Amino acid sequence: MNETPKPNSFRSGPDEDGRFGIFGGRFVAETLMPLILDLQAEWEKAKNDPEFQKELADLGTHYIGRPSPLYYAERLTEHLGGAKIYFKREELNHTGSHKINNCIGQILLAKRMGKTRIIAETGAGQHGVASATVAARFGLPCVVYMGATDVERQAPNVFRMKLLGAEVKAVTAGSGTLKDAMNEALRDWVTNVDDTYYLIGTAAGPHPYPEMVRDFQAVIGQEARQQILEAEGRLPDVVIAAVGGGSNAIGLFHPFLDDEGVKIVGVEAGGHGLDGNEHCASITAGSPGVLHGNRTYLLQDKDGQILEGHSISAGLDYPGIGPEHSWLNDIGRAEYVPVMDDEALEAFQLLTKLEGIIPALEPSHAIAEVIKRAPKMGKDQIILMNLSGRGDKDIFTVGKLLGVGL
Amino acid sequence: MTSRMDTRFAKLKAEGRPALVTYFMGGDPDYATSLGIMKALPEAGADVIELGMPFSDPMADGPTIQLAGQRALKGGQTLAKTLDLARDFRKSDDETPIVMMGYYNPIYIYGVDKFIDDALAAGIDGLIIVDLPPEMDDELCIPALAKGINFIRLTTPTTDEKRLPTVLNNTSGFVYYVSMNGITGSALPDPSLISGAVARIKDHTDLPVCVGFGVKTADHAKAIGAAADGVVVGTAIVAQVAGSLTKDGAATADTVSAVSTFVRGLSTGVRSARLVAAE
Ligand SMILES: Cc1ncc(COP(=O)(O)O)c(C=O)c1O
Repeated sequence: MNETPKPNSFRSGPDEDGRFGIFGGRFVAETLMPLILDLQAEWEKAKNDPEFQKELADLGTHYIGRPSPLYYAERLTEHLGGAKIYFKREELNHTGSHKINNCIGQILLAKRMGKTRIIAETGAGQHGVASATVAARFGLPCVVYMGATDVERQAPNVFRMKLLGAEVKAVTAGSGTLKDAMNEALRDWVTNVDDTYYLIGTAAGPHPYPEMVRDFQAVIGQEARQQILEAEGRLPDVVIAAVGGGSNAIGLFHPFLDDEGVKIVGVEAGGHGLDGNEHCASITAGSPGVLHGNRTYLLQDKDGQILEGHSISAGLDYPGIGPEHSWLNDIGRAEYVPVMDDEALEAFQLLTKLEGIIPALEPSHAIAEVIKRAPKMGKDQIILMNLSGRGDKDIFTVGKLLGVGL
Repeated sequence: MTSRMDTRFAKLKAEGRPALVTYFMGGDPDYATSLGIMKALPEAGADVIELGMPFSDPMADGPTIQLAGQRALKGGQTLAKTLDLARDFRKSDDETPIVMMGYYNPIYIYGVDKFIDDALAAGIDGLIIVDLPPEMDDELCIPALAKGINFIRLTTPTTDEKRLPTVLNNTSGFVYYVSMNGITGSALPDPSLISGAVARIKDHTDLPVCVGFGVKTADHAKAIGAAADGVVVGTAIVAQVAGSLTKDGAATADTVSAVSTFVRGLSTGVRSARLVAAE
């Protein structure tokens, strides 16, 4: 494999071909290529357009409710008896997760490009809800592809999307989870390339999506960095986030990448354990390959066929990860660790009882990692974790696992 | 050395008729049956064979080819076995060009250099890799061309005048014009639009232009064949395989003959389409 030289800054990627080291790129069908080049050009223009930035900031404040608070979790800190724990409260955003940050940005771009129809893929339904929400807000029709398995385990979000006027298409191909929904969204896009904008929900896919989604989500880290400096007068020792495709994580991490003293930890879904195939730990247990438009770490067999994976949390149930995370892992700037289903479930309950915050199952994985790390750290040290979403959508899943009929 | 592909298209030009390019999925529903299908294709009138490589996530394929890929994978097909199919086929046919078609990841995992060497040794003439646009030529296209394997590119209605030279650069063998924006197995577009599109491509290249996506009957094949150097048929052939299987997806005594009967019909259509000189 190519040696990746240590860059002067960890924040300058990707290059103009969308590469982060060997990762990223544009592995798409020719039909989509002109559109992806268009999108890139439009994104370059928008990024540097003060009008666009103003509209984005304005909707951020008045529609999403930004900035989200940085919260000192006093009782959890006391309970664990080590490092001070801060949560970036993305679960307080409109629609209940970080996903809306990206959706607002991309729908403004879709409008600029004159697109009249929005499609999206969703796993947990959080991105589907956020997409349906912005589509309603901007008066555009929206089709959300969702794996049939996920339609079942995230029923409240399915209803929410329908209320918002979106059409939810259940995908039965494969195991009916996020990767299959993404395949189907890509098929729709290839067919309706003229009028349709594909609103990808995570920092993965062909260039420019990984960069663009990161930049829309980086508001999380930018705010958090400033907020922790105000609260503590210094940067955190560790920042932690759960990683599905990697958007909430890269959004938190990116503004901290050049802060040498800040350790960066991404938490992957360990499912039932890394021994078999019942997990979604692409970096810790996968290998580099090409899927959904980019080269990145994937769960795959010896023949390069993609494996299905498993996680208790629909939002982490994806056999890949955004290319920038693969690069950060390989150059050693960030560390990726697995957390198992049962650990996440325990963390979910602990946070609910100690702090009165019901977290989504996705960030519950990050909480489990905090629970492991904080006691081993000094009381003068600081952990900052992205609480990426709230758990209302998960109470039925959790009820079932705890043997409580709802 | 003149390649099998160039020889074949020169011969068809001399005969004054378009090529029939037939796609089937390697290993669907099992190795032996799909080898039987492959061997039956030239005799039924196929001029070029597209050998499908199954992939778990075929993002540009409709349900018919998705299911064929799943059947093949369930039957134990791998990229190595798809190369074996070509090798076995070459024992009795050293003339019909074989183009492998599929997605990049299995090749990437197999190892690009090893794949190119093994493909050459197996008698492969060309590659169509759906998710490798010209922007990704360093991955496989350039190393394959260097060793003499054709890299056949898809052009689509979204490939405009400005982009066409980019797409045709490094293309060899033939140009595959996908006659619509969509996935495999969609409806046939208006043939009258196709001759214009083919002419537009021919302004930029001397390569033969074959047209596909949506061709299902001998009449379609005839209509498209009148406007192009070749007609590509895929989904309709794969549907013949699917229609001949048992409820559990196993091959029957009819599987190979269902395909050859169908291809013979297409071939009649193609052979009756007199090439309207599109030079
Ligand atoms: C609350 C929440 N957190 C995290 C994720 C994982 O996605 P990502 O890794 O892109 O942040 C999801 C996905 O649905 C989610 O809903």
